[in-house]
Amino acid sequence: MWAFINKLRSPKWFYAISTKLQPWFWAVAALLLVVGTVWGLVFAPADYQQGNSFRIIYVHVPAAFLAQSIFVSMAVSGVVFMVWKIKVADMAAAVMAPLGAAMTFIALFSGAVWGVPTWGTWWMWDARLTSMLILLFLYLGVIALRGAFSSRDSGSRAASVLAMVGVINIPIIKYSVDWWYTLHQPATFTITGRAAMPMEMWLPLLIMVLGFYCFFIALTLTRTRSEILRREVNKRWVRELVEEAS
Amino acid sequence: MHAAPGGLLVAVSATFKRDLTLMLRRRGEVLNPLVFFALVITLFPIGISPDPELLASIAPGLLWVAALLAALLSLDSLFRGDYDDGSLEQLLLAPHPLAALGLAKVAVHWLLTGLPLALMAPVLGIMLALPAGSYAVLALSLAVGTASLSLIGAIGAALTVGLARGGVLLSLLVLPLYIPVLIFGAGAVQAAILGDGIAPHLAILGALFTVSLMLAPWAIAASLRISING
Amino acid sequence: MAFSSLNEFLAMGGHGPYVWAAWGVTALLMLVIVWHARHERRQLLRGVKRRVRRENAHRDALQRGAVAHSPTAQVPVNSVQGDVRNDA
Repeated sequence: MWAFINKLRSPKWFYAISTKLQPWFWAVAALLLVVGTVWGLVFAPADYQQGNSFRIIYVHVPAAFLAQSIFVSMAVSGVVFMVWKIKVADMAAAVMAPLGAAMTFIALFSGAVWGVPTWGTWWMWDARLTSMLILLFLYLGVIALRGAFSSRDSGSRAASVLAMVGVINIPIIKYSVDWWYTLHQPATFTITGRAAMPMEMWLPLLIMVLGFYCFFIALTLTRTRSEILRREVNKRWVRELVEEAS
Repeated sequence: MHAAPGGLLVAVSATFKRDLTLMLRRRGEVLNPLVFFALVITLFPIGISPDPELLASIAPGLLWVAALLAALLSLDSLFRGDYDDGSLEQLLLAPHPLAALGLAKVAVHWLLTGLPLALMAPVLGIMLALPAGSYAVLALSLAVGTASLSLIGAIGAALTVGLARGGVLLSLLVLPLYIPVLIFGAGAVQAAILGDGIAPHLAILGALFTVSLMLAPWAIAASLRISING
Repeated sequence: MAFSSLNEFLAMGGHGPYVWAAWGVTALLMLVIVWHARHERRQLLRGVKRRVRRENAHRDALQRGAVAHSPTAQVPVNSVQGDVRNDA
């Protein structure tokens, strides 16, 4: 554990290890996403209630999962950065935030589009959509706060604190929004809130979720490497690396 | 750095008294959120309709949202003056935990913003035809709720105090975190109107306050350190 | 397979526009994200290469003694430090 944390202190080590890892994650992500897309769009049977519009689930649910997981990963990276002063953790947190915001947007957009055939309207104050909207604002806050500081280190630490505060609040927000939603008893059912899903609908969903997670890991590795290059330009190893490559 | 006579309590009460005196000297700043609250509440009947029935049905939410925005308005100045004249740095150098001293400042903020807003809300409730029987709950829920709002908001204020234009950013950071308080605060008033039990709402508001009281001071202290040393 | 023809597949039982809009925006956004990551990496590598080349050229010039006593000799090195934000 300590040996691992000490290794993480070195951006050079992280760069080397992620260079080896990232092609694998990209390959697995591409494979899973292609298989999941074909299976979900072509082979999975239509839903008996919602017809083919339920196929939106295969992008909506993975994006919603990822949106929440990325915020948690960002907060964990923030803790690692604040406690052990590991810069790579902050670089990872910095590149995770825009991806998380993008995933939140995908979840919101696909949910809104799904609402048209299901509820007959583009927007419902559905519990899941409302929490997603709040999550989007939390992401925008973290991104804006990081960018607002002229010193990179202050921006990093401020964003870490805000991510930690946010991650404590996310379950509270989720719980209170769910409670608020049931209190106002809307006449419709939640789009994904059904108990049992047959295997042939559920498996492609699992594959898509795993594909989205691999995509997240692959992209974080790739962009953290870029971030290392950006921040460590003046280090000798970066120069040697670039000279070797050219 | 001077040697501290007396302990933590002395330091906290000194900070509290100093802030209270300073704020009471600037009466305008204390009154502004209250005037803002009254003004926003005036806008709604004009913008929507003077129909008492309609107003009564939306009054709990309106009063809560307007009070929340009024509390937000005063947050930016929570640490700003101390940051500008350097006394915040002195606070950091003090041999006492910054979390406790920050908490004293938040207490003053609540005492001069949250509490007056809570006391004023029933008067505005009359203007919105708020049904009888919910006035006490409105004041009580606002009194407890604004304490959480001050605590959570102080984190945002501490994070943005070093920034030249922190005001807009502050509301972006803080408003999403206010949502649970808003839900249960407005919910309590709504429940009182419908004749449901208000105890669960007030209990959850109390729980939210307890959690923010335990965690927010540490976040405030960490944020102040970042803003000043950065 | 849930569809018997391509047209049926595209129509999605009348829900075509919704399904394709959701999937299309998702696919587009993910492609843009991947493209942006590649583009960013290329730009950075190009920037580092240019910087290394410039400094090597400068060092060679210094060794030849061409600019050894010039007061501007330190400028390129400073400029390298200058546009990096402080990492205290």
